[in-house]
Amino acid sequence: MDTIEVSNLNRQFLFRQCHVGQSKAKVAREAVLKFRPNINITAHHANVKNSEFNVDFFKQFNVVLNGLDNLDARRHVNRLCLAAGVPLVESGTTGFLGQVTVHVKGQTECYECQPKPTPKTYPVCTITSTPTKFVHCIVWAKDLLFAKLFGDRTQDNDLNVHSADATNSSKNNEDISVQRDDEDCEKYGKRIYDHVFGYNIDLALSNEETWKNRNKPKPIYIKDVLPEPGMHQNGTNNTLDITDKSSLSAMHSLGLMNPQDTWTLAENSKVFLEALSLFLKKREKDIGSLSFDKDDQLSVEFVTAAANVRAASFGIPMHSLFESKGIAGNIVHAIATTNAVIAGLIVIEAIKVLKNAANSFRMTYCVEHPLKKMLLMPVEPFEPNKSCYVCSEMPLTLEVNTHKTKLREIVEKIVKNKLGVNLPIIMHGSTLIFETGDDLEEDMVANYALNLEKALCDLPSPVTSGTVLTVEDFQQEFTCSINITHREEFDDEKEPEGMVLLGLTPDLYEKPSKVATTEESTSMAPQEKPATVSDSDDEIEIVVLEESNRFAGSKRKLVETSITNSHDPKGKDGINVANDVGKLDDGHDDEVVVMKACNEDVRKKAKLV
Amino acid sequence: MGKEELTAQETALYDRQIRIWGVDAQRRLSKSHILVAGMTGTIVEFCKNIVLAGIGSVVLLDDRLVTREALSVNFLVPNDEEKLKGRSLAEVCCNSLKDFNSMVHVSVEKGDLSALDGEILDKFDAVVIGRASFATKKTIDGICRKRSKKIAFFTVDCRDSCGEIFVDLQNYVYNQKKNDDNVECQFHYPSLEEAVAVPWNRLPKNVTKLYFAMRVIERFEAAEGRIPGETTAADISSVQQLRGELCKANSINESRIPDELLKRLLEGTREHPPVCAIVGGILGQEVIKALSGKGNPLKNFFFFDAKDGKGIIEDISSL
Repeated sequence: MDTIEVSNLNRQFLFRQCHVGQSKAKVAREAVLKFRPNINITAHHANVKNSEFNVDFFKQFNVVLNGLDNLDARRHVNRLCLAAGVPLVESGTTGFLGQVTVHVKGQTECYECQPKPTPKTYPVCTITSTPTKFVHCIVWAKDLLFAKLFGDRTQDNDLNVHSADATNSSKNNEDISVQRDDEDCEKYGKRIYDHVFGYNIDLALSNEETWKNRNKPKPIYIKDVLPEPGMHQNGTNNTLDITDKSSLSAMHSLGLMNPQDTWTLAENSKVFLEALSLFLKKREKDIGSLSFDKDDQLSVEFVTAAANVRAASFGIPMHSLFESKGIAGNIVHAIATTNAVIAGLIVIEAIKVLKNAANSFRMTYCVEHPLKKMLLMPVEPFEPNKSCYVCSEMPLTLEVNTHKTKLREIVEKIVKNKLGVNLPIIMHGSTLIFETGDDLEEDMVANYALNLEKALCDLPSPVTSGTVLTVEDFQQEFTCSINITHREEFDDEKEPEGMVLLGLTPDLYEKPSKVATTEESTSMAPQEKPATVSDSDDEIEIVVLEESNRFAGSKRKLVETSITNSHDPKGKDGINVANDVGKLDDGHDDEVVVMKACNEDVRKKAKLV
Repeated sequence: MGKEELTAQETALYDRQIRIWGVDAQRRLSKSHILVAGMTGTIVEFCKNIVLAGIGSVVLLDDRLVTREALSVNFLVPNDEEKLKGRSLAEVCCNSLKDFNSMVHVSVEKGDLSALDGEILDKFDAVVIGRASFATKKTIDGICRKRSKKIAFFTVDCRDSCGEIFVDLQNYVYNQKKNDDNVECQFHYPSLEEAVAVPWNRLPKNVTKLYFAMRVIERFEAAEGRIPGETTAADISSVQQLRGELCKANSINESRIPDELLKRLLEGTREHPPVCAIVGGILGQEVIKALSGKGNPLKNFFFFDAKDGKGIIEDISSL
């Protein structure tokens, strides 16, 4: 359902400048037909999670090739391919790294047999009170400040917007983010600035306990940063009637032309005020409904400036607009070359699937620095994970406070986020406690809405320790059972969600993994806070080992050493493609490369695009 | 190199790759000029990659007319008889390639690769040769190495489901990140002639059989005066004989170069499109690294075989 963007053009070569804004599926189809006219391509400009793409739809195909950019959609397709019994070739790239994997029901692991890390979240207090890294400042600027000022005002927001100013007792409960009637943009901007960077910090400092073992932040007031009156005056663009909103830019009107420069505190402050002013003056219609968009220049400038001032306050190094945009927008770096390599590998695996060459399926990893002389490393697929809750229907356990936790939290955090279910149906025994769908009757919908707001133990069919819940998704043909175990306390820092899902991963994966990347901003529901952001210094680490006896658990088929050299039938184009294992273990020059899945020595943090 | 910044257009288009290699590398790339000879399927993939990446200019050299085979492996050749009439492969590809990135200058050079002299080659920062005779490749590499200007030299050849890349960066100095420091490293690349002359018994025992097989085919084509790539299954007995002679001269066992592999390479002279993409991708990355000065360069051969799926680097030098 994606449309073409300028930044796609450095690698998505079926598209041209003139196609920006058009449907990727449609344009890709036309481009391919130009050099290969007589093939049958159907383009669907739609979300793959739509109900029309059900099991019957998938059953039409001999193989499915994924080129998705988010975990959610991949898991969804994985389940549909399992349900339809259609082999799936998955893939992903990040910069110089990439991989291609093959998933065949019953024969290999499914895409979810080895759990993929869900996007990273940060504890609320780190974002609101005790940031230590620049990314925390970005999340604050994007999901709290930006959301508060320009987004839906009715949403819950952790930003403190109240002033307990004794001199203004009548305005005690005033929401400072609302512009006063008599206030002009400049005054409003300064007031916001002083409140979030000055007053709120002073307020936080008054709680000594917080800062016992931490560096104290410094409050920043506009008069200290921009002492000269008129220093914050608007830039040159002011009087022009700018109808093209995408070219609206605070930094440019201030003469800051290079997105790679790291601005000074004063410059950041000017950008902050100027951007705020431009939003109010030129984009009033957007205010109240805006969500952060990495391709919205003014939004990126505002978030960069705000994050930088906060960073300065907390002694965290400031960053350029270019860097900030990457973090705030979860931008994944990408080039044509790696994509071409992976694309070629995908086709090779697809051909194997179509030829039913089961023994020759490979998972192939493309690395930046050669491992044992190899830049491209093929590995045999593993057998299905018997503990996989998706393809082996293994039950899970959820530790949660059943007295305090609402059903809504289970649905959002566990069912949709962790389990990747799209249209959940939750049952307690034979009682439906929650469903989604367009065809539900009104009273049912109302009933479920009520259920969502109840604590688990207060549900009509009470959920307590020992209860087994069943979660299903008909479209994905997914079913899973969750054993509920009551627990009173959870650690705010280590278990910020207030619940723990077990059995989802083998024990060693429970260490928090530092990965989050999706090109689109990740899929947390608006009330989730804080949202996800990428940590830009993550990398793939793949450790390759050769001793097969160190595998814990899963039996794996190793390559046979005998030479099988059956006749290779020529394809239509006269091309010989091996459809047999052939010589893979030749003693000296062909060592079997084997990857450990479930052993404490392996650290595999994979970034998927 | 001036301190000019990238234009807004460049910043927008190259955003995702600037996040990998930075603005300076991108700038160097945009000032680089490449000569590409022999428009094979793999070369076309390579050209696509460097044009998208924002190379300064590309000159294409291939006077051959378009054939049916070209249509099946070359996605730059439009399926339109009218557009192809009387035009060379280079001309047709040039037209299509221009579309990929308006900021890259793409043009055609007519004539024979082997006729190029040092003065012409001086215009380029890198020369990339698709399938050509060993003699020609050796000559061009030799000229590149003699120029006072540093000209990087690459060859690439794909047959059946295999591919081979050769890299010659002469004396290459670059900065490598070791732990937190920047260490200056230097690679000494052998010329093509020097590399293939390294006695086979002096090479590590685990060097891929594909290296040797390609050398046997190469010698065979040279000895028979064949146009590169014009071999058939019927050649196998002559090739086996040549293999025997070469292995004896190099003191290695003939079994290191299996019949099955030789047969595949002799018969499969048409390229396999996914292999073109893979090898063209790796080659693209190597050329970008060499021209931008960023990233550890590959030394000095790369091999891929779809049959086992491995992409292997071999260091064939006399050290």
